[in-house]
Amino acid sequence: MTAAPDPILAWALALIQTLLFIAAAPLLAGWVKRIKCHMQNRAAPSLFQPYRDLVKLFRKDVVLAENASWLFRATPYVVFSAFVLAASVVPLVAAHLPTAAIADVIVLVGFFALARFFLALAGMDIGTAFGGMGSSREMTIASLAEPAMLMAVFTLAMIVSTTNLSVVIEHNLHAGLILRPSLLFAMLALAMVTVAETGRIPVDNPATHLELTMVHEAMVLEYSARHLALIEWASQIKLMIYVVLIANIFWPWGIAETFTGTALSWGVVAITAKIAMIAILLVVWETIMAKMRLFRVPQFLGFAFLLALLGMLTHVILETGA
Amino acid sequence: LALSIAYLAVIAALASAVIALGAYRRRDSWVRALPFVLLGVSGAAAVTAGGWALLDGLKQSQILPLGLPWLHWHLRLDALSGFFFAVVGLLLIAVSFYGPSYVRELEGGKQPLSVLGLFTGLFAAGMLLVLLADDAFVFMVAWELMSVSSYFLVTYQHQNAANRRAGFLYLLMAHVGALAILLGFGVLASFGGNFTFDAMRAATLAPLWASIAFALAFFGFGMKAGLVPVHAWLPEAHPVAPSHISALMSGVMLKVAIYGFIRVAYDLVGDIQWQWGLVVLMVGTGSALLGVLYTLMQSDLKRLLAYSSVENVGIIFMGLGLSMIFLGTHHPVLGVIGLIAALYHVLNHAVFKGLLFLGAGAVQYRTHERDLEHLGGLIHRMPVTAALFLVGCISISALPPFNGFVSEWLTFQAALQTPKLESGVLRAILPIAAALLALTGALAAAAFVKVYGVAFLGKARDRRAARAREVPTGMLIGMGMLAMLCLVLGVLPTTVISVIEAVPQMLLGQVPPSLTARGWLWLTPVSADVASYSAPLVLAGILITFFIGRLLLRHNANPIRRSAPWDCGFGPLNTRMQYTAAAFAQPIRRVFAGVWKVQEQVEVTHAEAPASLVSSVRHQLHITDWSWSKLYEPIGRLVLSGARHIGRLHSGHIRTYLMYTFGTLLLLLWIVT
Repeated sequence: MTAAPDPILAWALALIQTLLFIAAAPLLAGWVKRIKCHMQNRAAPSLFQPYRDLVKLFRKDVVLAENASWLFRATPYVVFSAFVLAASVVPLVAAHLPTAAIADVIVLVGFFALARFFLALAGMDIGTAFGGMGSSREMTIASLAEPAMLMAVFTLAMIVSTTNLSVVIEHNLHAGLILRPSLLFAMLALAMVTVAETGRIPVDNPATHLELTMVHEAMVLEYSARHLALIEWASQIKLMIYVVLIANIFWPWGIAETFTGTALSWGVVAITAKIAMIAILLVVWETIMAKMRLFRVPQFLGFAFLLALLGMLTHVILETGA
Repeated sequence: LALSIAYLAVIAALASAVIALGAYRRRDSWVRALPFVLLGVSGAAAVTAGGWALLDGLKQSQILPLGLPWLHWHLRLDALSGFFFAVVGLLLIAVSFYGPSYVRELEGGKQPLSVLGLFTGLFAAGMLLVLLADDAFVFMVAWELMSVSSYFLVTYQHQNAANRRAGFLYLLMAHVGALAILLGFGVLASFGGNFTFDAMRAATLAPLWASIAFALAFFGFGMKAGLVPVHAWLPEAHPVAPSHISALMSGVMLKVAIYGFIRVAYDLVGDIQWQWGLVVLMVGTGSALLGVLYTLMQSDLKRLLAYSSVENVGIIFMGLGLSMIFLGTHHPVLGVIGLIAALYHVLNHAVFKGLLFLGAGAVQYRTHERDLEHLGGLIHRMPVTAALFLVGCISISALPPFNGFVSEWLTFQAALQTPKLESGVLRAILPIAAALLALTGALAAAAFVKVYGVAFLGKARDRRAARAREVPTGMLIGMGMLAMLCLVLGVLPTTVISVIEAVPQMLLGQVPPSLTARGWLWLTPVSADVASYSAPLVLAGILITFFIGRLLLRHNANPIRRSAPWDCGFGPLNTRMQYTAAAFAQPIRRVFAGVWKVQEQVEVTHAEAPASLVSSVRHQLHITDWSWSKLYEPIGRLVLSGARHIGRLHSGHIRTYLMYTFGTLLLLLWIVT
């Protein structure tokens, strides 16, 4: 720990950063949608449309399926809590906040798994074919994506010998511009996992409803009103977490290491720019790709795993001066 | 005194066995509850003695004037046996609450309950005695007591031919394993000059012989623990016993085998080599991965849980393997982390697998059904059981903040300390093993989403599931206790670890100072900069967000309206339109095809006119374990043909037999002279 000034200030900053994270997540979704529309020559909605959608959903009355149990009603809250907690762990503007020590990257993956577990159960709660189909596919994809993600994380962890996000970021920040092939491989793997885990093209299509190819949307088909709002918001936070992870781990420059006003405002500017850039890359990727068949997804994720494995091996073989 | 309490535990279990013989003849309900009360006393005493040994780190041994004239019974209670004592005790207590109501279902059956009670008591006593043994003789006697009495429990419902077959297979495998263990002790004893563990500990073995002893112990104990590929007996035997026995077998009997392995490898053989660790790690990883893949394909609830035990034993052995690799390469601090991860998972698996088996028993108690495809919607009919079972599912899927996550996290952390190793090969292998562990964890989550989603959620697929109701309170208490433990062990890992630390302290003489260095709130293996996890804060964070969310959103909301689910406009859905267990696992079956031997047949009958309409579909799916056709059946055939050749000796003529006798006599005389 380089800077540990006032614990109260640090915790307050951590809280503010988490709130900022949650509040900014719909904005990222709006940004992605907007540039996607521009890219595809469509009229774009406002940048703040996701907020309007959330507000609209929160105001509506809930309609539950007849067979829904308490689990179905509790799931949106559990999922949202898991992602809020995950967001609190990820350094957004400043590193070394006390919340970052609550959980390391592996626990972060655990939070995602917890949320997914409950969503998949909720999908099966109603007893419709759609829900079960979504759950089954989601768990299949996740069970392949999780090892790929962890393999990428392990590569990182071996390079910097830690799984603590703050320490990883600090290490990469001070390492300077050394081109490490292992980091490059890990980053590519993580990017592919991001695409799969956040349900983007080519693995899933976030804009689809009632198609036989849908995965995530099939699970949450029966949700309405505030429940749906929480789930939508949670998945926006999820996208943001992945983007921030890639941004801050591999390009940590600009992140605040001290809790001064200038450092923090630089941190905000830097992360905004980085997220905006990555979102553009994501949109380009989604625009030029077509959706894959479900059974090609394992190959896609297998490739991600292979990349991460290559990263790890190059680290072991090339980068540790034996 | 701690040792006396340990004796009390064994004696109470034996008393429960004896009293069970008479108790079930009486009508009074308190007499009929007595065997389980005694089992509970035994469990409580075991937890006390074990906890005492752990907390004080004491070592007490005693020689009882029992057994062979030249080899009295050596008994000893130390931190290692204390830990396993406590694990066994915890499950015995849970079972003692659960049992009295549960066995009422078996009352009308063809077998007397007294048999069940007798062997349950003997089984518990056998397990406890194995843990106390301090010489190979007592160890093997207790081991056989445990194996044989559990054989009778497996074949308790012996009208069913499948149960008899499972029992036979179980007995056979148990004895092949026991033979290997006995040989292993033989090697150790020949160097120690004596069958007491003290002598074996003191002996120094030549590296080759040490490796042989290790290999024999690994095979023998691994067989009992259910490692792939010698696991095939486990999913046959565990499910057919009554559920509280399945809980004991999967929850703790496998752990007794792991105890034996740790005792021999770490304590008796001592000087650990990293090559052994590598073998253990690879076998463990294989068991974990294959175990979970087989788990996914099962549709019989208890069989599925049994396969998942194979997986979890694999994870435990992964922890042990990592620990042995680090110890063998002289990184004792990391070795301790691996060992603690393994021990923690031993405790966790005992708790959540016990809970899940008891839950499966509760389902069976009310629905008389083990097949997932006939269940469904139980969350509405058995709400408390459903909630407790959910806790078990979350824990076993290694999700924070429950207990399964902590031990898997520790295993990951141990695996990630590879940069400290000198060998490049090991540095590359360990993270791959960790990635496979991640795959295992994710698949386990899929398996338990399937179990819970199909059995407890959705709509009832069968009349019996639709009419189920909540089980009696006693059974709920037994399960509730274990569910509470799942949460406590998950949220307070530092406290638990500071207790477990007595074991590595005793075995290896050192404790990592950093594991709990930052107080009870933070779990930091290696150091705070490397990794930290604060389970209490995670739980607090989730709860706070959960309740803030509910408070904000529900305070002035309109009442919820119920309506029919979306049916695509085709008219009402029926229960057969739900996803089945086989359908749920189908994508994974397709991705990992080749792991199983799959026979799938689909017959589609078309309607007369128009031919495009389908009148019926018949789907048959058989999934079997490759180990059957590739390992067991060839060996079985080999043994049979060998026996047939030897059988030719039996000609049936007295002359030939006399000649054999004469020949043998001559041979013996030749050897003697």
